[in-house]
Amino acid sequence: MSTETFSPRPGAAPVSRMIRAQAALETRMLLRNGEQLLLTVVIPTLLLVLFSAVDIVDTGEGKAVDFLAPGVLALAVMSTAFTGQAIATGFERRYGVLKRLGASPLPRWALMTAKTCSVLVTEVLQVVLLTVIAFALGWSPQGNPFAVLLLLVLGTAAFSGLGLLMAGTLKAEVTLAAANLVFLLLLVGGGVIVPMEKFPGGVRAVLELLPISALSDGLRDVLQHGAGMPWGDLGILAVWAVLGLGAAAKLFRWE
Amino acid sequence: MRSVFPGDTPEAPDRPAVEVRGLVKRYGPKAAVDGLDLSVARGGLTAVLGPNGAGKTTTIETCEGYRRPDAGTVRVLGLDPVADAAELRPRVGVMLQSGGVYAGARAEEMLRHVAALHAHPLDVPSLIERLGLGGCGRTAYRRLSGGQQQRLALAMAVVGRPELVFLDEPTAGLDPQARHATWDLVRELRTDGVTVVLTTHYMDEAEALADDIAIIDSGRVIAQGSPEELCRGGAENTLRFSGRPGLDLASLLKALPAESTAAELTPGTYRVGGRIDPQLLATVTTWCAQNGVMPDRIAVERHTLEDVFLELTGKELRA
Repeated sequence: MSTETFSPRPGAAPVSRMIRAQAALETRMLLRNGEQLLLTVVIPTLLLVLFSAVDIVDTGEGKAVDFLAPGVLALAVMSTAFTGQAIATGFERRYGVLKRLGASPLPRWALMTAKTCSVLVTEVLQVVLLTVIAFALGWSPQGNPFAVLLLLVLGTAAFSGLGLLMAGTLKAEVTLAAANLVFLLLLVGGGVIVPMEKFPGGVRAVLELLPISALSDGLRDVLQHGAGMPWGDLGILAVWAVLGLGAAAKLFRWE
Repeated sequence: MRSVFPGDTPEAPDRPAVEVRGLVKRYGPKAAVDGLDLSVARGGLTAVLGPNGAGKTTTIETCEGYRRPDAGTVRVLGLDPVADAAELRPRVGVMLQSGGVYAGARAEEMLRHVAALHAHPLDVPSLIERLGLGGCGRTAYRRLSGGQQQRLALAMAVVGRPELVFLDEPTAGLDPQARHATWDLVRELRTDGVTVVLTTHYMDEAEALADDIAIIDSGRVIAQGSPEELCRGGAENTLRFSGRPGLDLASLLKALPAESTAAELTPGTYRVGGRIDPQLLATVTTWCAQNGVMPDRIAVERHTLEDVFLELTGKELRA
């Protein structure tokens, strides 16, 4: 039996501590979830290793890994910011976690900040892992690291907006199915491992407007071809980010 | 000052912890809460009692800031639960009817997390111990039993040392032992100065715990008072006896105090209503003796909360 008293002594923790605690918890939840790890770590790693080692897809001139690494980095961003975040947030909504946190001292903006931090931490882990593997496979990246960073950040914003829009408006089970389906479709049709040149012109023009195509194409321009700022791809990502985050902010239902 | 109440001073100590006036909340055409008034005294333990679907959860969730009233006003600790949410959240503990925890989180991990969101939280290990969750601190939430999930939700409501807690059906589905452990904790909260509002559809729970009971039916408070007041005021006590059929009740009534009633329910069974005290009992038995009647199976029946509820609503509480 505890001698402690319940006598009231209310108060919120400093907001920085709340965000840290929330981000740490969300990251732990993600790393503990087997299906999420499959999506964020195992699939990108397998694709990178398999398609670099075995000549299945015609990746054009040069080493396969130089073509594949940028695409797989784009896939990693999509898997965490879009698929993983949509599924996790959808079930948090379904299980009343978002509702319960809404009654805690943690403000909503701080919750969203923590989610973003958790996504970024996961992405850093992914990028480190995939970069090490790619180097082991003989990757020789070029270009401006700042352009790469900008692409990754804008890609994260675009995919987060779409993921949260899905999680906040659909039922958790629907989100689970749809997020996985979209992941698969964009994996094939978004220039991740299949070069866009393989698609007929009309289809390709549409596919190139997708956020995954813009991200993989932009990363490839910089990392494989040493281009400067890929303004066109950055522009597409920025439009998706504004649309996705705007719609999510407007339509997200917390219960 | 935001409040619409005249002479408002949010921190006045004698001011009710919760004031609900004329609350209306509709879901589509149906009003879940329909002109509800409720006042919760500071430092007390108030039970909101009613059958399923009476509007208990809607009322509580409006007080918690989850729903905006369609009409009426709600003040919690003198503040508006929606407009002043940021100020209220650290001061108010919330136990939802279900859920609220990451499926993959461990019990202790989740409680530690909620504690980390507060400035002066309770000691987590001793709270875990206190609620009998010691054996499952490392168990994932989805693998806890229903009762363990309930107790974790209760712990999450109190760990931040709030002034006021809302507990939505804190013992629903608990076995008797866990139920009594929860009761003990709730009583202790009150003793330590925490204002407690709990909803329940168990009458014994309301009777055992509450200083004040608000009975809700069809979205309104139909009676409010202490358990004693409700049992005394909601209905009078009765005296029943059996005898030979066809007794002269007019003559009996003459002997009884003015406000009494007497009726032959079925041939040979009688009910006397009114203020049943020792004097009245003596009057009835004296009258029986004078009329050569042996009052068989004579019994004074005290009204329970259940009788009060049935009289007020005509419904069974336990669904």
